[in-house]
Amino acid sequence: MGSKNIEKKKIKKVAKSIWVFNWFNSCGFTEVLPMVGSRWDMERFGLVPVSSPRHADCLIIAGYQTMKSIKRARLIYEQMPFPKIVVSLGCCPMTGGVYWDSYNTIKKLEDYIPVDLNIPGCPPRPEAIFDGIHKFIQSTK
Amino acid sequence: MFNLILNFFLIIFVAFGGVCLGLFFKGIDRILSAKMQKRVGPPIFQPFYDLRKLMVKESIIPKNASKRIFEIAPLISLVSSLLILLYVPIAGKSILGGSGDLILIIYLFIFPGLGLVLGSFSSNSPYANIGGQRMIINMLGYEFPLVIVSLVPVWLVHSNGFLNIFSLETIYNNNVWNLVGPLGIVGLSIEAIVVFLVMAGELSQTPFDIETAGSEIAGGALAEYSGRNLAMFYLAEAVKVIAIASLFNALFFSWNIDANFGIQLLIYIFKLFLISFVGLTIIRTTTSRFKISRLTRSYWGYIGLIAIVGFLFIL
Repeated sequence: MGSKNIEKKKIKKVAKSIWVFNWFNSCGFTEVLPMVGSRWDMERFGLVPVSSPRHADCLIIAGYQTMKSIKRARLIYEQMPFPKIVVSLGCCPMTGGVYWDSYNTIKKLEDYIPVDLNIPGCPPRPEAIFDGIHKFIQSTK
Repeated sequence: MFNLILNFFLIIFVAFGGVCLGLFFKGIDRILSAKMQKRVGPPIFQPFYDLRKLMVKESIIPKNASKRIFEIAPLISLVSSLLILLYVPIAGKSILGGSGDLILIIYLFIFPGLGLVLGSFSSNSPYANIGGQRMIINMLGYEFPLVIVSLVPVWLVHSNGFLNIFSLETIYNNNVWNLVGPLGIVGLSIEAIVVFLVMAGELSQTPFDIETAGSEIAGGALAEYSGRNLAMFYLAEAVKVIAIASLFNALFFSWNIDANFGIQLLIYIFKLFLISFVGLTIIRTTTSRFKISRLTRSYWGYIGLIAIVGFLFIL
C-alpha cells in the first residue's frame, strides 16, 4: 500500500467498520448507489454512508474531476481525521478516462490527493467495487 | 459502610452492563431492520467494531470552537444516560431507588439532549447550529406527551389510595393493568401506543430524527465531532434505548414471575428487547422523516390529543 495516510496498526481496527463519504461528478457514482440498497448490501461489511467528512474514514472520489471540484475535494480530504483511505473509482480519476484530452479535467488524481485504492471500470459494477474493497481489507491483515 | 461499598460496585457493574447491553441491542436492531428490508445485515457485534474504530480516530477540534464545552458536552450526554439506569427498577430492584422518584427521572431525561445541544452550539459551524436548534424543538415537542404518559400510572396509583405515588417501587409493584375497569383498559391501550411514539421521538429516530438529518444538513448536530467525542455520543445513544425502555417497562409493562433473581433478570432483558423492537426497529424501518413543522404539529397536536383522550378514559 505504501501511502502516507495509513498507519498499519490502526488501519486493522478501521477495516471492520469503514464509514464512507462520497464525492462524485456525474456518472461515476451510478453503480455505487445500488450498493447502498437491498440488492448489493453494503452494510453487511460494515460500510455505512455518512454525510459529514468528520465522521468518515473513506473518501470515494468517483467520476471525472475538474479544476473546480478538485479544490473542494482537497478541502474535504483535509477535514477527515486520520487514519483515512482514499478510493479513486472509475477510469476517469485514474487516467483521465474518456476525457483524456480535455482541457478541463484532471488526468491523474494521485498528483493532488494521496490515493490508496484504484478501481477501474466505466463505471465499475458493484461486484467490482466489493472486490476492490475486499482486497484492500485483506491487505491490512 | 458495607452497604456503601456494595453500592459502589453495583453502580460500576450496572454502568458497564448498560453500555454492553445497549450496544448489543443496537446490533440486533440493525440486523432486524435489515431483514425487514430484505437485506443481509451487519454482524451482531458491529457496534462494538464501530466503537473500536472511533476510539482509534483522531479527535479534531475546530479552530474557533469553544474548546471546553466541545469536550464536556459528550460527557454530559453519556453520564446522564448512565445515571438514569441507577434509578429505574431493574428486575424489581433499583440501586438508588430510595433517593429518586419519577419526577427526577423525567428531569434527567432532558440532559442527554442538552449535551447534544451544547455540543452542537459550541462547534463553530452553521450546519451544527441548525441541528442544535432543531434538537431543541424536538425536545420541546416530546416532553408534552411524555409527561402525560408518565402521569397515568401516578394517577391510577393515587386514586386507589396508595401512598408514595411518585415512587417507582410503588408503581412497579402495583401493575397498572390491574387497577382499572374495562373502560380504563381502552385508555391504557391508547396510552401504550403513545408510549411507543414518544420513545421513537426521544431516541431521535425516524420519523423524528430531524436533527441528524444527513442529506439535509451535512450531519446535523454532530457535524464537527470525530474520534473519541463522537464515540461518547454513540455510546450515549445506545444507552438511552436501555434507559427509556426500562422506564416504560416499569410504568406500563411490569409483569414478572416469582423466581430467583437470575431468571427475573433474563425476563427483564427480554421485555426490554420487545419494547425496543416495537418502539425503535419497527417505527424506524417503516417511516420516513417528518418536516420540522409537521413534527411539532404531530407532537403538540395529534399525539398530545391522543394522550389526553386516553387519560380521559382512565378517569
